[in-house]
Amino acid sequence: MTTSNLRTPLYTTHVSLGARIVPFGGWDMPVQYSGILGEVAAVRTATGLFDVSHMGRLYISGPRATEFLDWVLTGSVESLRVGRARYCMICNEKGGVIDDTIFYRLAEDRYLLIPNAGNRATVVAWFQRWLDDKFPIGCVIEDRTEATALLALQGPAAAEAMDRLCSEPPSSMRPFSWQENQLQGTPVLLGRTGYTGEDGFEIVADADQAASLWQTLTEHGAKPCGLGARDVLRLEAGLPLHGHEIDENTTPIEAGLERFVRFDKEYVGSDVLRSQHENGVARKLIGLKMPGRSAPRAEYAILNQGQPVGRVTSGSYSPTLDTSIAMGYVDASRAEAGTMLEVDIRGRTAQVEVTPLPFYTRPRR
Amino acid sequence: MSPDDRKYSKEHEWVKMEDGNQALAGITVYAQDQLGDIVYVDLPKTGATIRFMEKMGEVESVKAVSDLFSPITGEVTEVNERLLDHPELVNEDPLGEGWMMRVTVSDAAELDQLMSAEEYEAFLSGLS
Repeated sequence: MTTSNLRTPLYTTHVSLGARIVPFGGWDMPVQYSGILGEVAAVRTATGLFDVSHMGRLYISGPRATEFLDWVLTGSVESLRVGRARYCMICNEKGGVIDDTIFYRLAEDRYLLIPNAGNRATVVAWFQRWLDDKFPIGCVIEDRTEATALLALQGPAAAEAMDRLCSEPPSSMRPFSWQENQLQGTPVLLGRTGYTGEDGFEIVADADQAASLWQTLTEHGAKPCGLGARDVLRLEAGLPLHGHEIDENTTPIEAGLERFVRFDKEYVGSDVLRSQHENGVARKLIGLKMPGRSAPRAEYAILNQGQPVGRVTSGSYSPTLDTSIAMGYVDASRAEAGTMLEVDIRGRTAQVEVTPLPFYTRPRR
Repeated sequence: MSPDDRKYSKEHEWVKMEDGNQALAGITVYAQDQLGDIVYVDLPKTGATIRFMEKMGEVESVKAVSDLFSPITGEVTEVNERLLDHPELVNEDPLGEGWMMRVTVSDAAELDQLMSAEEYEAFLSGLS
């Protein structure tokens, strides 16, 4: 088979572990190793390790970097302290979501931004357009995606494992902070971030260190996990996936992501977002629960007494909750928690209940 | 690796003749491996008529839904009720404990249109 897909520095590791490889966002990625159910359980009860090197690493720096990012991101950049990270959206002029991203403030005038794999080129082009337009000097983008690797160590035992392996114990790091550290001698940037609803770390390192880091972490108990488990975990945690819950034709307000949107600054899309915030939206993202194991899937119609009121964006059996769960958009009038609706499951109508997000919250220790 | 006590379809179902005109049916090792962890199996009810190579049910894994096609025409006399609570049996033992249903076969000549174990193995090696 010929392919033009990119491969992460861990591709041969995945193949040697017997992973099933699928195309995702322009990359050949492992969708599962031993099985999705076991991989989800590892992350919820111990530790799982993900290769997420397909996601972008964009370094944005210069004296106008803060001002630039405050123009293209929905979250406040200027108020973020060095050492901290923040989740927010990149919107177009209509308030539609070009991508969602975590960005780390590395220094007063230097940031690391993580776009989704399939949106990296779009984000770079979008940023470059605004740099040319409004910030012709004083800010540059460096794309170090292919020179680096990104691993995610996730689960309740992640901090303990990292304390054993790092020169500075990272268990004291606050959520959404980052630090430079050494993982068994390898220089890494650690973020106390993730996409699973569990505690954990995201680890940036040079590409040529990826295989040895992977080996070290799995030898210390982390179970290799693929994108299939990651998708179930993020759905249980009520986290949106670009291309499903959010895209260029949906806004963060419709998606219930107001808390990642500032209304007190001017930026691309801010007029629309402020207006929606004040006047309301016609449709809203909701959670749906359905008893049993047969799941509503993406694109299935959501009905109210037989009449279409919306569409499923993601759905799966939830092994953690042992029920079927989904997210989708419905008319705002049908979005209240407790509302009973139906989903058309391949011609069979099934009752579903509108449920607050997230479906799963990790237990406090 | 496919046992030669049964016949196989291109849709990766198997059918095994028992005493008289009774047959047992299920999906193959390859099919369950492709599906991944199976969480739900939707089978016809006892007494239902199933038809050769027509849809007879669905199997859901965490990631996907797949149609099940009947490898034989006949009347369903028993379904594997254990799969309701333990669909993982299909992954663990698809040719044994993970069987799906027992059928009274109405036209045994249909079996000639299915593949032998050897033919099925050759068919599989052509897929990869």
